[in-house]
Amino acid sequence: MMNLLSTRHAARQRSYAWMVLVAYIVFLMLPLYWLLMMSFKTNQEILSTFSLWPQEFTLQNYVTILSDSSWYSGYINSMMYVVMNTLISLAVALPAAYAFSRYRFLGDKHLFFWLLTNRMAPPAVFVLPFFQLYSAFGLIDTHIAVALAHCLFNVPLAVWILEGFMSSVPREIDETAYIDGYSFPRFFTKIFTPLIAPGIGVAAFFCFMFSWVELLIARTLTVTDAKPISAIMTRTVSASGLDWGVLAAAGMLTVIPGALVIYFVRNHIAKGFALGRV
Amino acid sequence: MDLSWMAWTTPTAIFFAVILCLILSMCVWEWISPGGQPRRGILRFETTRGDRLFVTLLGSAFINLAWLALVGPNLWWALAVCIVFGVLVFVFV
Amino acid sequence: MKSWNNKAWFLVLPVLLLVAFSAIIPLMTVVNYSVQDSFGNNEFYWVGLEWFKEVLESERFHNALMRNLLFSAIILLIEIPLGIAIALAMPRRGWGVSVCLVLMALPLLIPWNVVGTIWQVFARVDIGLLGYTLTQLGFDYNYTQDVVDAWITLIVMDVWHWTSLVVLLCYSGLVSIPQAYYQAARIDGASRWAVFRYIQLPKMRRVLVIAVLLRFMDSFMIYTEPFVVTGGGPGNATTFLSIDLVQMAIGQFDLGPAAAMSLIYFLIILLVSWVFYTVMTQQDADSAPGRGQP
Repeated sequence: MMNLLSTRHAARQRSYAWMVLVAYIVFLMLPLYWLLMMSFKTNQEILSTFSLWPQEFTLQNYVTILSDSSWYSGYINSMMYVVMNTLISLAVALPAAYAFSRYRFLGDKHLFFWLLTNRMAPPAVFVLPFFQLYSAFGLIDTHIAVALAHCLFNVPLAVWILEGFMSSVPREIDETAYIDGYSFPRFFTKIFTPLIAPGIGVAAFFCFMFSWVELLIARTLTVTDAKPISAIMTRTVSASGLDWGVLAAAGMLTVIPGALVIYFVRNHIAKGFALGRV
Repeated sequence: MDLSWMAWTTPTAIFFAVILCLILSMCVWEWISPGGQPRRGILRFETTRGDRLFVTLLGSAFINLAWLALVGPNLWWALAVCIVFGVLVFVFV
Repeated sequence: MKSWNNKAWFLVLPVLLLVAFSAIIPLMTVVNYSVQDSFGNNEFYWVGLEWFKEVLESERFHNALMRNLLFSAIILLIEIPLGIAIALAMPRRGWGVSVCLVLMALPLLIPWNVVGTIWQVFARVDIGLLGYTLTQLGFDYNYTQDVVDAWITLIVMDVWHWTSLVVLLCYSGLVSIPQAYYQAARIDGASRWAVFRYIQLPKMRRVLVIAVLLRFMDSFMIYTEPFVVTGGGPGNATTFLSIDLVQMAIGQFDLGPAAAMSLIYFLIILLVSWVFYTVMTQQDADSAPGRGQP
């Protein structure tokens, strides 16, 4: 952009850009900051005085939560179904996205749109039949049930994203590989998959994200053994009444895994976004 | 496996069977005489046969709902309107 | 040009089976419920189209639908332009990119009920930073009592929660524009607006389709966040369709009316999304070179 306009003009635009950006990020961070600060306050302090940071710093809220053993299991449960869902979604979406990006076939466009319509179905509509369906298969309160149910909206999204990345890989690469005697499975795993690795990263990120944040279906399909962390959080909180400090600490603990995931994949995501003609 | 929770009734079973038959017959039709390139109709966007079927079905759903809300519960007349609508869609859109 | 090959169906088959299992069986069940009355214990009685008629004529459904449409329209009008503006303001390279991406993606990865909790606390008049500050500044702000305040809180919350998604998508479209395009524009002496209108916007169209569709669908079926923050109140002012639906299906166990309402709700989403999708992909087809070639 720098070489686009005259330097002075560009410099002024840059500074406006920075102001917009900083204002937006401050807006994003404020509620999180407030939650973090509240989690370090005692309940009396929250209710009696208004202060921007804790007057008497306490970790008691976290101790209260972490001494409850159901919390560990909540984390493990959430992680298990999220990872299962991401793996299943990618495994089925990869070949399908390849088909959509390389071939025309009978009903391809309609199939694609039908997949998208499943993302559009409000989860609230499906809550009851889902419960009945997974009961009929004896899958209630298992991780795989939640993972399969989340495929409903993650698989279409994964296909959609991967198709964009695959279309940006020139078709000559496929043809050369076939001429060189590669079979389709070997070509796909050895040559094609590494080429679109950033795309797979982006798709995995979105699958992880939508599965991690969804609550309505996950809560409906689980009873105790596979209960997700966010549902346990609401239960813990309602049990302890209006203890704002504990509520804030519980909220903070569900934010952390997401923050960790973004931190570890940040370069991958930036690269993926840069390479993909999404 | 117990499927009684799905609460099937004859009319809904017929309804789904009809939709399935429509899709299958579209496949067969396409197989016998391919529809070729999409064309541009009076609505100014490209449609193939499948798109026209989709427009017909979606439109029919709304015609039926409107009939139910505005006219009354006898939907046989709405069905007749839908068939006319479908023919128009397949010819002009 | 893509080659015509019906064997590609085998590659799509796993997706088809997996999604069909979770989508078609529940959809059929909802259709079955919608024409019957239930008294529990899997006993059903045929009532025909009674529920559809009831839902279509109910004031409650009309109001919830109008609120939902209004909410989605406001969300799209705010988030899409704001997202584009912020994506344009983001640095293209350097350490700033990672920092921006990490901070912006943070709200997207918070479970939805926690997002609701965060804002419920943040906007409270007595203990929340936002509510307390506004009250101290002399505004009469209370989202649990005032309809307008409740709406503003929900809209600001949704902007906080989802604008980053639009930003990330638009940014990915922007960075894929080769530098040569900008150089050509500079040689032509193009203005900043012309660069945006004729280079950046067309390049972003595909991601904008995704952004608009995702934002429309998700804001139209929003459930968890308003449920946590306002619980549908004050009164029924923020009772959106899905809140109403869950109340009906699980709270009152009225399977039939809830199923009929679900179907109407689904048809509306289907129609609007189809219109968006057709209009936006049609422009692609119009501008694609060599259209009509076999």
